[in-house]
Amino acid sequence: MKRSFEYFRNFVRGSVSIMVRGSARYYAWVALLAIVVLQGAVAYSHQLHEGLALTNMRDPASWGLYIGTFAFLVGVAAAAVMLVIPAYVYEWKPIKEVVIFGELLAVAALVACILFVTVDIGRPERVWHLFPVVGTLHFPSSLLAWDMLVLSFYLVLNLVIVTHLLVRQYNRSDYIHGLVTPLVIVSIPAAIGIHTVTAFLFNGLGGRPYWNSAILAPRFIASALCSGPAILLILFQLLRRVTRFEIRDAAIDKIAELMAYTMGVNLFFLGAEIFKEVYTNSEHIIHLQYLFGTGPFPDSPIRVYAWTSVITAVAAFVLFVVPRLRRNRVLMNLGAVLIFLSVFFEKGVALVVPGFTPDVLGQVYAYSPSLVEFRVSAGVLALAALVYTLMVRVASAIIFEEITIDTYRTAS
Amino acid sequence: MIVMSEKATKHGAVSRRSFLAGLAGAIGGAALSGCGVNDEFFTTYFRAHYRKMSREEIDEMVAALERRYKREYDRDIHIDTTGPREGVLFAYALDISRCIGCRRCVYACVDENNQSRDPQIHWIQVYEMDKEKGIDFTEGNLYYDVDQVPREGHFYMPVACQHCENPPCTKVCPVGATWKEDDGIVVIDYDWCIGCRYCMAACPYGARHFNWRTPKIPSDEINPDTHYLGNRPRYKGVVEKCTFCVQRTRKGRYPACVEICPVGARKFGNLLDPDSEIRHILETKQIFVLKKELNTHPKFFYYWGV
Repeated sequence: MKRSFEYFRNFVRGSVSIMVRGSARYYAWVALLAIVVLQGAVAYSHQLHEGLALTNMRDPASWGLYIGTFAFLVGVAAAAVMLVIPAYVYEWKPIKEVVIFGELLAVAALVACILFVTVDIGRPERVWHLFPVVGTLHFPSSLLAWDMLVLSFYLVLNLVIVTHLLVRQYNRSDYIHGLVTPLVIVSIPAAIGIHTVTAFLFNGLGGRPYWNSAILAPRFIASALCSGPAILLILFQLLRRVTRFEIRDAAIDKIAELMAYTMGVNLFFLGAEIFKEVYTNSEHIIHLQYLFGTGPFPDSPIRVYAWTSVITAVAAFVLFVVPRLRRNRVLMNLGAVLIFLSVFFEKGVALVVPGFTPDVLGQVYAYSPSLVEFRVSAGVLALAALVYTLMVRVASAIIFEEITIDTYRTAS
Repeated sequence: MIVMSEKATKHGAVSRRSFLAGLAGAIGGAALSGCGVNDEFFTTYFRAHYRKMSREEIDEMVAALERRYKREYDRDIHIDTTGPREGVLFAYALDISRCIGCRRCVYACVDENNQSRDPQIHWIQVYEMDKEKGIDFTEGNLYYDVDQVPREGHFYMPVACQHCENPPCTKVCPVGATWKEDDGIVVIDYDWCIGCRYCMAACPYGARHFNWRTPKIPSDEINPDTHYLGNRPRYKGVVEKCTFCVQRTRKGRYPACVEICPVGARKFGNLLDPDSEIRHILETKQIFVLKKELNTHPKFFYYWGV
């Protein structure tokens, strides 16, 4: 116990030393993110003072960009860890590294998730009402209570695994296999769990037919398995270039191949939803019409996002499903960016907004995010990117530059 | 800390509120104590859930809230905490054939229940519908602005909280800040709500309204007779809705909308009383509820009386 504490203290000291050192590009990137975070904080303080009236959310559309981005990021957090499965099955050489960078991404995404919910609520100072024992967490009745529990569990799980691995390596000590292996195994169903619960949060509302579809949770998982690996795919290539991270081309190709399948499933699910609505043609089709700007809504402000999401998803699928195209690294990376954008628009806008429009009594309030919403969201995303940058900086220094307790001991 | 030990001996154990207050006191230090505003803050912020508070804790909190309202609105506002009565289950009926769409109920409700005037919040929403098309909310017009009502060829559907027996809104609240009382009234504790608006996503009737800004009510227009779970002034960032005028109906009075209705389209009473007007309507008229297929079992019935 005493040794663990000492290890941890060494690690924290070492991490700070690593974080403050870096190239000019690293400093510039951190400074840029810090500026975006700051402007977001300013916008949020206005929102806190004036109220959520500074957003464009109103009674008929009472959730918007914040909750949509939250749902998207839960998917990123979930999928980042699911890459551990193929890493294990196909015996990629750097499985530990895949675990570490995946789980760090999950941690950063979860930080943003928590912040997106926080900036969305009207009385953030009462957040302790959600805590078990001191508050009154409405469990198991409320899916939001479930979400808060599974997200916290998942965050702690990832933090423990990744911190343990890094702390041990920094202190030139072997990690405890008996601790890490079961936790990594638990984190995989937990990843599916967080995204399923987040889907159920929308899914279980009988008054919102757009969300009340049994395919919603499978769609969440499928789209997350497109966007999460897309980020890691690009990140692995970056790391391979700037560090001694050795991921083989075969592994990159395998991720791309698996993404081709998940993108296909994702499009199939979307098609199944569209078929159900269009062929049935019941009054519930009105939400889909609002989404795509058809029927009575030629001027729907979200149709641009909806069509962009579909077109980029199809384009990315083509780039990934044809082996010759995806083996071209430029086209593969283009596809990764396209699918990331597709899922971002799909979760951020196309999931939430049509659920509210038209509203439960048929009235149309044409929501699109306000400047404050964009600024606060940019701030939160920048903060997550900053957290991820700093964590990756520390992790890659420890793993690839072999910085350990001795590095700084001899230096001082 | 002394307060804490006194509480501990009185209740036999440290209550949650005194524990939290003690904790905050320990963190905040002595600088925060002794001032009236801070006492109010501690009493209203570090507290248990309303339904877990003791009688004296509720009284103490209500007194603190009354002091705060006095300071904010410069009026003596009374906060009642009368609970539900045994053998009472409230229900509402609305005669669509009589309603003329005058919206007097909307504004009587605003006055009675201290809804914000700026921005405007209306607990009752009246939809103008086409007689030829029947009840179709998609075709209904909430913002009709005409010189004279009722308009030829139209009828009117006022909608507010349906006080469901199976309310989807209370089920989803992550902190249990909204619940159904034993007399069937669905209430919100405005001091417990965290403003996540999940209940608004869950409500199939658009009955819940959020305070997007600090609500504004001129102090001479405040209704000082309030209920803790009803019409006391609300805050920025919390959800509110119709409470069947809990401050009136638990004392045997009609809701304000029933009283004001110039054509007698609105009926209210105790479902468990076989001689009540509401029972008479249920037994003699053909009634319907909104979105029956959702299994929410509204206690708000619509009918055509003539």
